[in-house]
Amino acid sequence: MNIEVTINGESRSIETEGHRRLLDVLREELGLVGTKEGCGEGECGACTVLMDGEPVNSCLVPVGQIQGTQLTTIEGMAGSDGLHIIQDTLVRYGGAQCGICTPGVALCAKWAVEKEPGASKERLRELLAGNICRCTGYQAIVDAVVAAQNSSESSHE
Amino acid sequence: MSEFLSPKDLPAALAARAAHPDYIPVAGGTDYMVASKDRLPPPGIINLFGLGALTGVTDLDGGGVRIGACTTYATLLGDARIANTFPLLRDACREVGASQIQARGTLGGNIATSSPVGDSLPPLLALDAVICVASSAGERRVAYEDFLVGYRKIDLAADELIVAIELPAPHVGAMQHWRKVGTRRAQSISKVMMAAVAHLDDGRIADIRIALGAVADRTVRARATEDALRGSAPSEEAAKRAREALRGEITPIDDLRSTAEYRLGVAENLVRRFVLSL
Ligand SMILES: Cc1cc2nc3c(=O)[nH]c(=O)nc-3n(C[C@H](O)[C@H](O)[C@H](O)COP(=O)(O)OP(=O)(O)OC[C@H]3O[C@@H](n4cnc5c(N)ncnc54)[C@H](O)[C@@H]3O)c2cc1C
Ligand code: FES
Ligand code: FES
Repeated sequence: MNIEVTINGESRSIETEGHRRLLDVLREELGLVGTKEGCGEGECGACTVLMDGEPVNSCLVPVGQIQGTQLTTIEGMAGSDGLHIIQDTLVRYGGAQCGICTPGVALCAKWAVEKEPGASKERLRELLAGNICRCTGYQAIVDAVVAAQNSSESSHE
Repeated sequence: MSEFLSPKDLPAALAARAAHPDYIPVAGGTDYMVASKDRLPPPGIINLFGLGALTGVTDLDGGGVRIGACTTYATLLGDARIANTFPLLRDACREVGASQIQARGTLGGNIATSSPVGDSLPPLLALDAVICVASSAGERRVAYEDFLVGYRKIDLAADELIVAIELPAPHVGAMQHWRKVGTRRAQSISKVMMAAVAHLDDGRIADIRIALGAVADRTVRARATEDALRGSAPSEEAAKRAREALRGEITPIDDLRSTAEYRLGVAENLVRRFVLSL
């Protein structure tokens, strides 16, 4: 089937079978290998991308379902003026170590901070519970997201 | 070649279902994609996600709601009517998966998979849900209890789709209660779920509906237990009678005896606590 989709702001036309996992099409057909595979079963969040702004596990999306949607992968998170604030704080606070979970964490955190700008640490942990990290113990990730939250608050003032 | 169909409306979806009974309807894909992992491609997929006629919450006359089968947990959790009128369903949905699963997983998918540990199922049963099912030949409505016909089995024909779930307005002042014991990862041993709705009249239990998950091959109403409680004041004594009734109506599975005993014990405690909280 032919799929028309906008990925990271760019219109793409993809010819593939609709039952395939979005994750595989991103990595194998489009060269967007920033999206990682962990469990392949929806448990770990390493494959998270934003679909029409919502975080989804790309290992669970049959690619036919992206027809006409807007996708953001980790490749589209940084702007022309550098890293997204969440990418920046993840680096600065040690929220990224081996890096396997990081693309998914960064995208899910971006969604969480935009959806609930005033979310408490506890609530942030809940919103990010679908992103498993074996390295950081999560504290550094939460600290990074809180720092990003605070700095985007101050930039709105 | 595996075909991928994205019907534009409900009649087109039902026509596709009639023409291709071997194609798999897929809503959020959160059950289907896990189950189909490392398998050969399906003959075809009928994509239902986002289909207007199957999505969203609408008001019914008399204060109830109609929930489209493809409504996601995220949408339900953001809906004020669900939060205000059906907190039982809201509380259960809150515990489903994480953000990513809530963004795609749908109520209809949970019902169609009909896992004995499906989280939305006991609330729907306790809230007297009616399942609206359609085929090209027309629509039918089935009480949820009758829709559950066995282990992971529902009363759905190969040319039908679940279209919506209707919830009648609960009795004014009814108490709604959701409890889940045990974690999903340990589901095979320890998970027991109870959804209960009850209201008092003059200090006595006028009506009560108790639905239990993970104590039988399917989600069940504890009807004998309800009968034992109806008309009584919510006392220790009533709770004791309820406990005996529950023992009588939930049959442990032979080769899982210790597990079944454990679950029964948990279920008894859940019922007791609900009764005493009234
Ligand atoms: C990591 C993870 C965590 C999860 N956590 C939980 C949890 O905590 N609690 C819980 O209950 N579940 C959980 N689930 C299971 C799953 O997310 C839910 O059952 C969800 O509601 C399924 O909905 P879906 O739209 O994704 O279903 P799909 O995968 O799209 O479909 C599931 C089945 O239902 C059929 N179907 C779907 N819609 C219809 C329809 N309208 N008419 C007829 N047939 C239909 C499909 O053909 C398929 O057989 C989890 C799954 C994963 C991967
Ligand atoms: S790889 Fe998709 S959730 Fe783990
Ligand atoms: S940084 Fe290694 S898994 Fe999170």
